Amino acid sequence: MTTRREFLVLACGAFATPVEAQLDPNRAALRQAAFQEALRKVTGDAPVNRGRVKLDLPPLIDNGNAVPLSVAVESPMTPADHVKAIYVFTEKNPQPNIIGVHLGPRAGRAHIATRARIADTGTVIAIAQMSDGSFWSDSVPVVVTLSACLEEGLI
Amino acid sequence: MVRVVVNLPAAAKRGEIIEIKTLAAHPMETGFRSTQLGEPIPRDIISLFVCTYNGEEIFRAELHPAIAANPLIAFTTVASESGRIEFKWTGDNGYVATQSAAITVV
Amino acid sequence: MRVVFLALVFFPTVLFAAEIPLAQRRSGYEFMGRETRAMQDDDTTNPGMLWVLDGEALWNRKDGAGGLACAGCHGDARTSMKGVAARYPAFNSKLGRPINLNQRINACRSERQKAAPLAYESRDLLAITAYVTRQSRGVPIEIAIDERTKPFFDAGRDTFNRRQGQLNLACTQCHDDNWGKKLAGSTISQAHPTGYPIYRLEWQGLGSLQRRLRNCFIGVRAEPYPYGAQEFVNLELYLMWRARGMVLETPAVRP
Repeated sequence: MTTRREFLVLACGAFATPVEAQLDPNRAALRQAAFQEALRKVTGDAPVNRGRVKLDLPPLIDNGNAVPLSVAVESPMTPADHVKAIYVFTEKNPQPNIIGVHLGPRAGRAHIATRARIADTGTVIAIAQMSDGSFWSDSVPVVVTLSACLEEGLI
Repeated sequence: MVRVVVNLPAAAKRGEIIEIKTLAAHPMETGFRSTQLGEPIPRDIISLFVCTYNGEEIFRAELHPAIAANPLIAFTTVASESGRIEFKWTGDNGYVATQSAAITVV
Repeated sequence: MRVVFLALVFFPTVLFAAEIPLAQRRSGYEFMGRETRAMQDDDTTNPGMLWVLDGEALWNRKDGAGGLACAGCHGDARTSMKGVAARYPAFNSKLGRPINLNQRINACRSERQKAAPLAYESRDLLAITAYVTRQSRGVPIEIAIDERTKPFFDAGRDTFNRRQGQLNLACTQCHDDNWGKKLAGSTISQAHPTGYPIYRLEWQGLGSLQRRLRNCFIGVRAEPYPYGAQEFVNLELYLMWRARGMVLETPAVRP
């Protein structure tokens, strides 16, 4: 999490504005490009529909080191009609992938939960791939702020 | 030392959807951090989690550095028959952890 | 979010700001988001439980020259250790001063098990402490100050009320006067040690109250005491007294 530390001038008494685009424009642009590329690698040129997917994570994050997130997809989960895969990405991390899950009708329900690291305020997106090849998605904007009273002194 | 913990019911009715929750003790070092002296800390993560039910794969997850330390992976499966549910985590630096749970399906 | 601007007016160095009325005391749990609270509430997903399970194994492991496990004397921790952590730091007659639970565990190791003490903040010491304290989950903190502990308690209270560090802040200014308001991105808690050792998301691991206190000292840019310092134990004693009657939540999850 070097980015957050670079901007920790005072451990306490720092201004309480949400941390936005603190990266230099080149790095921010590279991360955006990597994010788009990661999405494209999964979906190809196929259209990604919004809906059927519910991505759940706190809009205001207590600590970017461990953000509980869950994805639930509406699907009968039958052999004929089920969720094949669920991918979660975030746009401002050093690399955009969070998790890629492969499941099938034996799951009973398309519902997964984990905890992610979110480096900066931005969008988290979950994409579900159905057995018929279609893609569905949900996205959530999250706000990540700096914590106070940390361990690292500043050299 | 406890390396992994799995939680799921020991018994279930046939066709019932059961919840499986797993925790692994692992720092999930991203590879993007440096020490205070500027030396990069190398990546060390769990990268793959596979769950099989009586030998057949029912769930697979590819983990990336953006998964938080001590990863939680929670999912579901249909209790189809009695037997064993096996879990395997693999990652950098030859990390391998396994766990297995018996399930009775009535 | 309200930004806290603390005026640098000349006050006497030791402040006696109003203590939080007993009925208004709230655990740090209540200052966290819903999802973080859920992480703490569910033992199957609480990452602190990894250390508690380790601690259980260590409790039963024979150690030291005598080949004795904690269980050898104390039996089942679920009964023998219930309520113990809620009474620490406690006065130790042999040493003539209060000691915290870590120090008590190490004293047992060296005196009874004839085993080397465990290093502060080591995984093993954290694991055993977490396991022992877990047995007091739901038990109200019970610290009473008597004539033996009063001098140490007073020293701890002075530390809490004294301005220190480059930022010249006293613990009481944030945690008694401004709890509930924001400091950078965090909500200021009342600083009650109801869940230690905690899984702190910032640390991505489990740590002790002294580790958290060191973070506080660094936060106000003051030199932190070393682990095990009596100043810290005195401060722990004061903090536990300040939280008397509140229940333990170990292993808590905190941002």
